[in-house]
Amino acid sequence: MADETISPDAGSWRRKDLLDTDTLSREEIALVLKTAEAMAEVRSRPMPKVATLRGITVVTLFYEQSTRTRASFEVAGKAMGADVVNLTASGSSVEKGESLVDTVRTLEAIGADIIVMRHSKSGAPALAARTTKARVVNGGDGQHAHPTQALLDVFTMQQHLGDLAGKRVVIVGDILHSRVARSNLWALMALGADVTLTGPATLLPQTLVGASEAGRCRTTTDFDAAIEGADVVMALRIQKERQATGLIPSLRDYIRGYQLNETRLARAKPGALVMHPGPKNEGIEVAPSVAAGAASVIDEQVANGVAVRMAVLYLMAGRAA
Amino acid sequence: MSRKQLLGPDDIGRSIRRIAHEIIENNRGTDGLLLVGLLTRGVPLAERLGTAIKEFEGVDVPVGRLDIGLYRDDIARRINPTPIRPSAMPRDIDGATVVLVDDVLFTGRSARAAMEALLDFGRPRRVRLAVLIDRGHRELPISPDFVGKNIPTGRGETVRVRLQEPDGEDGVYIDSEETVDG
Amino acid sequence: MSDLLIRGGRVLVPARGIDAVLDVRVRDGVVTEIGTALEPAGGRVIDAEGCIVTAGFVDLHAHLREPGFEQKGTIATETEAALRGGFTTICAMPNTEPAPDSAPVFEALMERLAREARVRVFPLGSVTRRRAGKELSEIAELAAGGCVAISDDGNPVADGRLMRNALALASAAGMVLSEHCDDPELNDGGVINEGRVSERLGLAGQPVAAEVAAIARNIALCEATGARLHIAHVTTARGIELVAGAKARGLPVTCEVTPSHLFLTEDAVAGPGPEPAYDTNARINPPLRTEMDRWALVHALNEGTIDAIATDHAPHAIEDKLCEFDYAAPGIACFETAAGTLLTQVARGELQLARVIEALTSGPVLAWGLDSREKGLGSIEPGGVADIVVLEPGREWTVDATAMASKGKNTPLQGATLTGRVRVVVVGGEVRWESEESDG
Repeated sequence: MADETISPDAGSWRRKDLLDTDTLSREEIALVLKTAEAMAEVRSRPMPKVATLRGITVVTLFYEQSTRTRASFEVAGKAMGADVVNLTASGSSVEKGESLVDTVRTLEAIGADIIVMRHSKSGAPALAARTTKARVVNGGDGQHAHPTQALLDVFTMQQHLGDLAGKRVVIVGDILHSRVARSNLWALMALGADVTLTGPATLLPQTLVGASEAGRCRTTTDFDAAIEGADVVMALRIQKERQATGLIPSLRDYIRGYQLNETRLARAKPGALVMHPGPKNEGIEVAPSVAAGAASVIDEQVANGVAVRMAVLYLMAGRAA
Repeated sequence: MSRKQLLGPDDIGRSIRRIAHEIIENNRGTDGLLLVGLLTRGVPLAERLGTAIKEFEGVDVPVGRLDIGLYRDDIARRINPTPIRPSAMPRDIDGATVVLVDDVLFTGRSARAAMEALLDFGRPRRVRLAVLIDRGHRELPISPDFVGKNIPTGRGETVRVRLQEPDGEDGVYIDSEETVDG
Repeated sequence: MSDLLIRGGRVLVPARGIDAVLDVRVRDGVVTEIGTALEPAGGRVIDAEGCIVTAGFVDLHAHLREPGFEQKGTIATETEAALRGGFTTICAMPNTEPAPDSAPVFEALMERLAREARVRVFPLGSVTRRRAGKELSEIAELAAGGCVAISDDGNPVADGRLMRNALALASAAGMVLSEHCDDPELNDGGVINEGRVSERLGLAGQPVAAEVAAIARNIALCEATGARLHIAHVTTARGIELVAGAKARGLPVTCEVTPSHLFLTEDAVAGPGPEPAYDTNARINPPLRTEMDRWALVHALNEGTIDAIATDHAPHAIEDKLCEFDYAAPGIACFETAAGTLLTQVARGELQLARVIEALTSGPVLAWGLDSREKGLGSIEPGGVADIVVLEPGREWTVDATAMASKGKNTPLQGATLTGRVRVVVVGGEVRWESEESDG
């Protein structure tokens, strides 16, 4: 019987919280992705729902606007039978100036097992995680990390490309302010991919990647050269306020150098994947024809998001060690 | 700890062939039959049963696989959740006679979880349970329809089924803790 | 006042070239005798064998929070913390509410200090009204009221023309202008040093260039006016180079460095674990910099480029730090750890003891001319005021914020083991504090 047949490739999940991908081992990432495969199968059933997390309370605590991440976690939790409570900064005591620490303690007291948190300030989930016995899943914090987005991105890449070791991934856009770029970078490096970060000089990090990692990650302002032979091209959302703060002269100028369009995509490897974490500004960071083109897996990313978040919630639902 | 071999490769082969015959007899042929192995070792057992049935009846019986991890009743009590793998059904299970196949029947909790998991895929006409080893100590009102071998065990003993496909050999062993007063 | 004899300690007064095992006699609040084999005269005798005996520390940069922010600290609590840290004279920054920008506010503050303070306090006046950077404070009037220096503290004087006028007026009034050198536009919301850690943690960075550019401008204004300029808490290698260059050209520029920037780097924000801690207690303005910058400060202190070690002691309430990093108030409460970290660095061989003592005593006194206010300040000399500190250099201890006298428990050094601490503190000839295990 199954109790006595522990699979030989069974990794283990011993983390209380999921705050970023930077400390995840290759094995831990593999465990999440493998579990996500099983969750994708559950989603494909006539009854795409299980009762595994019955009795588990998941609270989504969102201090920042988000439709897809919050909805994705909610669907994931409900698909596994968890009770999902959604809390947004407006319409709660948060708006009355309650501190993050107090809010998190209150949620623990009312029985939250897992808190999925989105916050505009980097490091806020780390503070929450220290404050509570409940498990904390980072649903995106400031410019720091967005681990479930990165995990669903590598999951999507793996579905198409298999083993990512040696695969060339180009991430283009506002790298400096992007939590998606950071978490993807760490996950991709753990899986052995070669990553190129590209964007305007003012939006590129200078020292993000240490010298010891330099062999597997490059930064360049030359998108046209970077995309040559790429297996994956991921375009990031460009915030319009970057223009107001003088980081880019104009959107027109940005489009000229960094829009993922058909001419540029033609330089990538045939069959290269086009990805975008959403929400996208079509016609700015990605041409509409490319976003809707044959190479685009943007819709798959969204669908995979539910499976990956189910996997994360499942792995985090046990008693914290 | 001491380990004793209970069954060898020939014993396992004979048990599988006998169960195959019993399944055919019980089902009056192979119509509507679907074998579903429980991951991990129920899957190769189900495949072997399928091969035996094909040998006897000349019919390919579909074989599916089921992961019951999501249906366990102890998720929130565990520190490390069981790894989960995708399940797969080769055909629509509505109206089928499904034989769930596992290596060892012990408390009955896995069988209960397997039934719940299976029913999420549809509404089979009948569900049967086939196991290579029944070691007793049931905690739920579940009884197998097809058994390779009944083995009386102590609560603290462990029955280990090893199969060629995952383990590189066929054999059934019983592990027991050394007792000081023995 | 009775007689006090501190016997058998290593008396270290760098400014006077004294470094020898000697006895020090104090009577009626002043030092009366320094010599060997001095006989007790009926008063208390402190056996200082194995200890360092030096002048009480003088701090050019501290925050007492009163008036206006008593939830963070009060004159009573923070001067008690200073006392325990060996600081017998402190210069209090004007970021209070109200800010001392005129004679009446300044006088009221002086009265409050006279009642509450446990050590000597010289409050600074503000450069501009309400420290808003628009209109100058009443500079001459502040000087007449006893103000030793002016500063807008955390608000750098952004307007170059205003800064030039303030420098000229302050100097004419016999005061120093202490400037937090920083370019707010370049900093643009930065909360830690711009670099590896800020990029990794996704926090907005404060570039080195923001400090360097401001130091360069202010040195140029110092040269233009001939006025005395004190550069507060230099944190960068390039910044200290500019100060050294200005000094070499003979400009009246002095500078300070904090014990925090000498001891810690930006890595303190990330913490020791694999996952970043976002330690708000390591948030400080100007920010902790890189190891390269830290070494440049250590080197500059040993070389004599740095005039003073100033604490920038900045107590905060728990809720000011128990929050998102971006919302956390900058500052470290370090009165009670300063001597510990500095002596630890001496024990490691990083810092030279004589230079550390000089930068804690005669260095700041000379930089701001404080000996004109109190004879013998920052020194141990016959006829001079008896502000004396006895240090145990080899003593190991563990930092426990909850045991600190400061209202602010905000230290990134919680739990750290330090080598060397303050044993006895004498203010005006009176033993005002001694550590529990202190004998004699």
